[in-house]
Amino acid sequence: MNLVLSAGEIIGVLGPNGAGKSTLLGVLSTLAEPSSGDVLYGDLTASAGGAPLRAQVGFLSHDLQLYPELTARENLEFFAGLYGLDRPAERAHEALAKAGLSERSDDIVEGFSRGMRQRLALERTLLHAPRLVLFDEPFTGLDDASCGALVTRLQQLRTAGRIVVLATHDLDVVSQVLDRAVLLRMGRLRELGSTGSLRERYRAALAEAPRGRRPVQFGPSGSGPGASPA
Amino acid sequence: MKRFLQVAWLVVRKDLRVESRNKEMLLTTLFFAVSCVLVFSFGFVRGGEAIEGSASGVLWITIAFSGTLALGRAFERERHHDALRGLLMAPVDRPAIYVGKLVGVLLLLALVEALVVVMVAFLFQAPLFRHGWWLLTLLSLGTIGFASVGTLFSAMLLRTRSRAVLLPVLLYPVTIPVLIMGVSGTFALVQPEPDLVLARVWVSLLFFFDIVFVTLALWTFEPVMTE
Repeated sequence: MNLVLSAGEIIGVLGPNGAGKSTLLGVLSTLAEPSSGDVLYGDLTASAGGAPLRAQVGFLSHDLQLYPELTARENLEFFAGLYGLDRPAERAHEALAKAGLSERSDDIVEGFSRGMRQRLALERTLLHAPRLVLFDEPFTGLDDASCGALVTRLQQLRTAGRIVVLATHDLDVVSQVLDRAVLLRMGRLRELGSTGSLRERYRAALAEAPRGRRPVQFGPSGSGPGASPA
Repeated sequence: MKRFLQVAWLVVRKDLRVESRNKEMLLTTLFFAVSCVLVFSFGFVRGGEAIEGSASGVLWITIAFSGTLALGRAFERERHHDALRGLLMAPVDRPAIYVGKLVGVLLLLALVEALVVVMVAFLFQAPLFRHGWWLLTLLSLGTIGFASVGTLFSAMLLRTRSRAVLLPVLLYPVTIPVLIMGVSGTFALVQPEPDLVLARVWVSLLFFFDIVFVTLALWTFEPVMTE
């Protein structure tokens, strides 16, 4: 696959289950190594970039990377400390206000709804103002209001010149914010066209993309691997 | 170095805070350790007299068993909700995360050992406090050796499904020397004529073991955590 990401754009990575969307995000986040090829962040590879490069990346996965036994404030202060941010308490306070959780700042996260956790996790991801922000299925389990708030936040990130990569199935929601969409299937990446709705483009690309190995037919004779499908 | 210690302290403080709220690891490990000593006391103490040398063996086997239980849970809170990814994404020296987790486990085991030592001394009538500083040194070095390997293996096995089974299988062959040194050193201290020269030899060997294994763990933690 070959993909170039530019500042100030939101790219959607679409594809069926098991296509490798999360793996791609894992590689982009520097936590997983590609089996072949390179990811370049400017001129740097992940191994050359090391910790300073990780400081430029934010990753919000489907699991929200929060400690449910800690309060919202403690979670944010802990990660602010890890990222070496100055004035962690103040940063946490600001992030809580952006998440609309100032009133619940000293409550244990375990008691939060999915939407509240998601908002908190989003602010945790953006605490250090990363230049590359990766989202894995960020709309799962959110109600309309929370989805709307997330869409607004994504648009703010675009305006701020961040690179946003979004792996998702929620075509209806993301169609409002995506600048580009790519289809990932069988380890191949292809750009979706620009005409028609996102769903139509997705379906058209899915129909054209390789469907994987042909099924192997087992029979009494003259068959086996490589034989014609049934 | 200052930043390294800062990160390690952040991880320790976070773990202590979580533990103070759910007491999950502390209570299970304490309960298991107390049960172990009690069961052993029924087997090795007859008519108020313990079998010679049994106290040192019981002390260290209890530490090993309850330590394994604690180590098995050491990274569990990082596994839930994928918090480990959040930790690993941070721009920090990853070995600092290891040190933070290790110190958290050591503090927990120190609490457990404080109770276990008193119980063993009482139930087995063992003069464990006769050379208290020597025993403290042996316990500290032995626990560091055991937990340093265990914390690394616990992190390594985080993504495997059968980690509960694999941890002791991997841990014991590597840490058997630590347990043997601990038992032998403790036995040298509690026998009727304490052999402090022999105890010093075991302490030195434990110290050497700790240096080697903590260094290896710090060196391998980063590659181990890369997918």
